[in-house]
Amino acid sequence: MKRQTLLLAGGLFFLLALVRWITDNPDLTSSGTFSTTLRLAVPIGLAALGGLYAERAGIVNIGLEGMMILGSWFGAWGAWQYGPWWGVAIGVAGGAAAGLLHATATVTFGVDHIISGVAIITLAGGITRYLSVEVYEGVQGGGATQSPRVEGVGTLDVPILAGGDLFGWSSPDVLGWIEDKSWLFISDLAGLLRGFTNNLSYLTLIALLLVPFTWWLLWRTVFGLRLRSSGENPTGADSLGVPVYRMRYAAVLISGGLAGLAGAFLAIEAAGIYRQGQTGGRGFIGLAAMIFGNWMPFGAAAGAGLFGFADALQLRDRPAVHALLLFVALAALLYAAVLLKQGKTRAAVVTAGLGVLVGAWYFTSDKVPPEFIQATPYVITLLVLCIASQRLRPPAYDGKPWRKGQVE
Amino acid sequence: MQRLTVPLLRLLAPVAAVLFALFVSGLVLKASGNDPIEAFQLMWEFGTTEQSIASIIDRSVPLYLSGIAFAIAFKMGLFNIGVEGQYTIAAVMAAFVGASVNLPPVLHVGLILVVAMVTGMIWGAIPGVLKVTRGVSEVISTIMLNFIAVSLVSYLLANHFLDRADDTLNLQTEKIPESGWFPDLVKLGPNATVGGFVLVAVLVGAIYYVVIWRTRFGFDLRASGLNPLAARASGVSSNSMIVKGMMLSGAVAGLVGMSTLLGFSHNYGLDFATGLGFAGITVALLGRNNPIGIAIGALLLAFLDRSSQILDLEDIAKEIVVIMEGVIVLSVVIAYELVQRVIERQQRRLIGEDVPPPEPPETPAMEPVGAPA
Amino acid sequence: MDTDQAKAVELEGIVKRFPGVVANDGVDLVVQRGEIHALVGENGAGKSTLMKILYGMQSPDEGTMSVNGKPVAFRSPKEAIAAGIGMVHQHFMLADQLTVLENIVLGSEPSTLGRIDFKEAKDRIRSLSAAYGLDVDPNEMVETLGVGERQRVEIIKVLYRGARILILDEPTAVLVPQEIQELFANLRELKAQGETIIFISHKLDEVLTIADAITVLRGGRTVATVAPQDVTARQLAELMVGSELPVPETRESTVTTHVQLELSDVAVERDHRFLLEDIDFKVHRGEIVGIAGVEGNGQSELVDVILGMEPVTRGAIRLDGEDVADLGTRKRREAGVGYIAEDRHRRAMLMSSPLWENVMLGHQTRPPFARGPWIDRRGAKRRTQEIMASYDVRAPGVDVAGYALSGGNQQKLVVGRELTAGAQVLLANHPTRGVDVGAQAAVWDHLRDARGAGLAVLLVSADLEELIGLSDRLLVMLRGRIVAELDPTDVTPERLGSYMTGAHGDEAA
Repeated sequence: MKRQTLLLAGGLFFLLALVRWITDNPDLTSSGTFSTTLRLAVPIGLAALGGLYAERAGIVNIGLEGMMILGSWFGAWGAWQYGPWWGVAIGVAGGAAAGLLHATATVTFGVDHIISGVAIITLAGGITRYLSVEVYEGVQGGGATQSPRVEGVGTLDVPILAGGDLFGWSSPDVLGWIEDKSWLFISDLAGLLRGFTNNLSYLTLIALLLVPFTWWLLWRTVFGLRLRSSGENPTGADSLGVPVYRMRYAAVLISGGLAGLAGAFLAIEAAGIYRQGQTGGRGFIGLAAMIFGNWMPFGAAAGAGLFGFADALQLRDRPAVHALLLFVALAALLYAAVLLKQGKTRAAVVTAGLGVLVGAWYFTSDKVPPEFIQATPYVITLLVLCIASQRLRPPAYDGKPWRKGQVE
Repeated sequence: MQRLTVPLLRLLAPVAAVLFALFVSGLVLKASGNDPIEAFQLMWEFGTTEQSIASIIDRSVPLYLSGIAFAIAFKMGLFNIGVEGQYTIAAVMAAFVGASVNLPPVLHVGLILVVAMVTGMIWGAIPGVLKVTRGVSEVISTIMLNFIAVSLVSYLLANHFLDRADDTLNLQTEKIPESGWFPDLVKLGPNATVGGFVLVAVLVGAIYYVVIWRTRFGFDLRASGLNPLAARASGVSSNSMIVKGMMLSGAVAGLVGMSTLLGFSHNYGLDFATGLGFAGITVALLGRNNPIGIAIGALLLAFLDRSSQILDLEDIAKEIVVIMEGVIVLSVVIAYELVQRVIERQQRRLIGEDVPPPEPPETPAMEPVGAPA
Repeated sequence: MDTDQAKAVELEGIVKRFPGVVANDGVDLVVQRGEIHALVGENGAGKSTLMKILYGMQSPDEGTMSVNGKPVAFRSPKEAIAAGIGMVHQHFMLADQLTVLENIVLGSEPSTLGRIDFKEAKDRIRSLSAAYGLDVDPNEMVETLGVGERQRVEIIKVLYRGARILILDEPTAVLVPQEIQELFANLRELKAQGETIIFISHKLDEVLTIADAITVLRGGRTVATVAPQDVTARQLAELMVGSELPVPETRESTVTTHVQLELSDVAVERDHRFLLEDIDFKVHRGEIVGIAGVEGNGQSELVDVILGMEPVTRGAIRLDGEDVADLGTRKRREAGVGYIAEDRHRRAMLMSSPLWENVMLGHQTRPPFARGPWIDRRGAKRRTQEIMASYDVRAPGVDVAGYALSGGNQQKLVVGRELTAGAQVLLANHPTRGVDVGAQAAVWDHLRDARGAGLAVLLVSADLEELIGLSDRLLVMLRGRIVAELDPTDVTPERLGSYMTGAHGDEAA
């Protein structure tokens, strides 16, 4: 991880801690918030990873949202019928099946990737709606648009750090103790860490492990190199005997499977139920996280964390969102100063202006209207794309139709 | 004879797609214990009554407009997935303004339409500007703006646009006075009137055709979509084209909710039709961005929507129709792709056959190795 | 006396048909082991197709192949690679975002249980690098490499897979004379180590320098196989073309004193780098000014700046005396700037649109293509027919799509479109790239005629024969500046090349 990025993250977190201290909003950095952040970030992050596999191979997968919907439906159904882990497996399978469809349309038939993705979303919506009516209507707890409640896969608390059990001995909750002290930055950091170690779902653990695994798979293995070459230089790869079509199929299948996992997580772990519309655009936010992460696994995870944080705050603590306004205002002013130093005066003025506006909003109101809070993840996504779009490096052949033997 | 088969081939694709969708849905119905033949028969009978036909025409209008909106952007090489948000926010603004004024009938309706188009235009311009200034992909930005529009509309309804005269707990705007109502067109039978807004849709379709295919602006627009670099070299300003294209698309999108607003509900409530944006994409793809094709697609989708309602009475999940629509979309794009490949191969072969080969050389070939220079 | 064992490659009676054209019509080729064998022919003679067949990228419709005496029928490049054949393509097939190492090992990665063995890969690359004098750094991202380095990576790529027979497709197309010498040294080293090399080219003097044997293809057939010491370049050219080559004729100068295009102190800066600097020159009516230079030294930016697609940081551009700084591309085109793009697929044509719409491109705001805000279809179609007749564009009608035409016909259409639209200044950027010799000669004739009628032409080209043959004056560009002004009637390709690379010494011309 580049040192510059680490410093930036640290700096922003310090600013957040400062705002927490100034506005006396402990929830801004509490372990509860971060725990929720993690829970909300997982589906976004899994979707982002899913998007990453597909796009690294050259296929744009807008249909992630649809694959997630299928994953949530089949995940809940599987959990309801056979238990949570079976639900996960069936949810993954549902997403992967849609992935197969997308791959067939785009790789074999050369359909435009965006169009195929939109078609799959439509199809997924139709399938889940139909199945809900057929399967859940009249079932206790369920209905035409939702499933009965299902159990989660179980959670764990890390021993010593977060009070987990160690061979039956209830260990102390060190991080929780530090967090309660409200020391500037240190307690906030403890909150962050405890969010990752307390009440941790096994699925979350799997999701977290998938991030470094994806990096290793794509940059250290034969499979990964061939997959990436299919997205960077398919003609060249083809001339060296790499089965580009097959790599793309594999990538999109994995993509669908991960989206299915994301949906299954949503239904089984996060909500404990399937509800029509529960994905709420998270598939698209996942794509935004992937772009934010510059098509790299750790970056995508960071993006998911960012969007998850915004989502978590608005769910848990409305006043905390109001405090976030101050954070955004201060961050904007600081960024404007950086831009000024870089000589980009126009951008600096615009950013400073925005910072002042947001700051004024903070000071002249005492709460943010609930409808606006609802829109936070989408607004942040847009903001991030606006700021970062110029510095991004998608795979060279991302989204471009390619047929074997075509003349360049 | 070459010219005849190309359009015929192109017609084959959607027909095949619909048949395939019927087949797949039939399988799904069968698998869930229903009789597909019976279901289709019911749908056909119900869908062809006078009432249904009037309803279908009415339903097809917003679908058609949504399709045209998407097609305008698509011709430019842009994906305006934000039609959904554009028409939603346009409808609420138009409803609010329409209910706040009292003008003579034609002006009143005209004002409402203008407000809707301008609002849609602005909401559509945002992703265009973001793309041009910051390089943000319009695919993601339009989707995000859809969600933001929903939140914005909720906020406006709950706080500023609320109809406080109404006792019910419904969040909705005030009713538009009668001077802002669009007249009906024709009565096909009892309870079967076709709204007049269908004429507006036809007008929009005609304007779409003329502008895109017969004007210089349309040529520039299409060129930008086909080959942005070549278009730039030919003098098209791609930045201004992107924004103009999105604005035009958004303006038409703004009209999508107008037939409902002006002809039926006369206010905007939280139960206002949703999903028309995505349905418009389906319709545009079915019709291959052609004004008549989109009309047929819109009528088809409207037919499916309307005729499926009878299924509820027979205890068959009417959502089977959504599956049908999804299958139609996917298979029609695949079918068009295949047809295009066949056409391309045909055209290339034609060139090879009709064109005389280059003249054979006059001088004899040189002697091979060993001959003196 | 050659035995079968010494024949590295033998192709007999190869036939390959594509829709509308027979690319190979009974080709024979025999390559001895350990020789450098050149395959020459003009564009469309069938060289690339033949090599694609040899490399397993295509299958022949008829004919037999044998490698090292054994009959083979490759169904994929993987099989060809396994048989010891490696191909270095004309257009490099490297991924910019992958490292040199990743590009080299792709498809043949050393691995344990799926995990790439980077150390082994690095060692092998370094030893190959040392053995053949091909200097590369395995850890660098390919996007940072220059053209010569990229070619070395491509060569190591094939050697890494144990290639004993190397096919090089137009390897010198993008190199300057000095880099070409380095390449030839590498090739001789490879030959000394026992490699067999098939060298595809249409640069006849290079072929005569490096090859041990030369096979000439024409119209999909083998026309002759000769030894370089037995032929001259002129004779080879005549074998390739089948007729007498046009001799550059002395002509009356048509240059006037009327300045049609003028650039003064033009500079373009981007990201703290000057892409163009101190650009000063004039083009007169009736004059062709040629711009020579290795690709990537600012020629494209020069054309873009005149077109208005790239803003100037400094300096003035004048069309017929008028400063055009405030005019966008459209206004400049309307003012009479014509444009033949170097890559018609990407810049000059709408491939899926009918020909008559393609003819409108660049001129869509004026008659006969437009009437007010409307498109004049009939006018456009009529003009298209006129162009097709005068410029010999072979197509069944004006409604056919652009992709249905052959490359040469597409280019003729583009040239016709630009020369009939009333241009005052023509920017011709590689106007005959990818075009066969017949069409090329036709385009040259049209350009000369237009010059005679008073057109001012700025000609950018990598084809030295084209530059020298057409230009009244030659300007050489290097690193964004004009470094030399030469008289085309008394310059040689070698001297020109040395200016192009900045090595302008005083060697014998």
